[in-house]
Amino acid sequence: MSSRRSGGSRMSDDQIADLVSKLQRLIPELRGRRSNKASASKVLQETCNYIRNLHREVEDLSDRLSQLLASADTDTDQAAILTTLLI
Amino acid sequence: MDSQLLNPTSLKSRFTARFLRALTKINAPNPISSSSPTPREIFQRYRRIKVAADKSMAYSVRSRTTWSRATLSRLRTRSRHRRLASFGPRSSVTTAAVLKKTSSHGKENEGGLGVQAGELRELVPGGEAMDLCNLLDETAHYIKCLTTQVQVMKTIANLYSLE
Repeated sequence: MSSRRSGGSRMSDDQIADLVSKLQRLIPELRGRRSNKASASKVLQETCNYIRNLHREVEDLSDRLSQLLASADTDTDQAAILTTLLI
Repeated sequence: MDSQLLNPTSLKSRFTARFLRALTKINAPNPISSSSPTPREIFQRYRRIKVAADKSMAYSVRSRTTWSRATLSRLRTRSRHRRLASFGPRSSVTTAAVLKKTSSHGKENEGGLGVQAGELRELVPGGEAMDLCNLLDETAHYIKCLTTQVQVMKTIANLYSLE
């Protein structure tokens, strides 16, 4: 993780700009653009949307898993899963 | 990406191991899966799976971030209240509301980002108490972990549905 500058002092615009562009690189919506094309405000907005999407995906996948688990035999599956993930 | 040999200490493998263990426990009490489970059972299982996923990820991060500590603390409080079977949930909601009102440090210098930062604070666990710099930093880490979580859950779901 990036080093923390001393807390309590005013945060420089550079610091914030750095962190914002770091976020921009993580968001699929904004990754195609060249950096500095997206305003900080837009990046934060898209970040919120992205996080909400991810939360929704987790909920959907949990739902799916709860239905699948009902009919699955766990032990053999675990071996298959671990093998697949490790290859 | 998935064709790389997994580093056994990577976040992805730590999460996967924990989450699979939790799934086994969740599935265990139902050895005779004869008829299809009731909707209530499915909902309960859904909740337990979601909690297990969030908890597994927060544990895998090993309390190195504010968001993971906030997640674990929230889950512990919730499970404690559930065990006591009392009117606990109300007090945790009040606590969160109090936190929101009283913590205002580090927020003076947000420039034009106030509104979006506020929104972000509600989405990132523990965000209410962070100043903007920490919030942005923690958000980046939180997003990386969430995407790993989704990736692994998707893989597991796909494998189960091949049966």
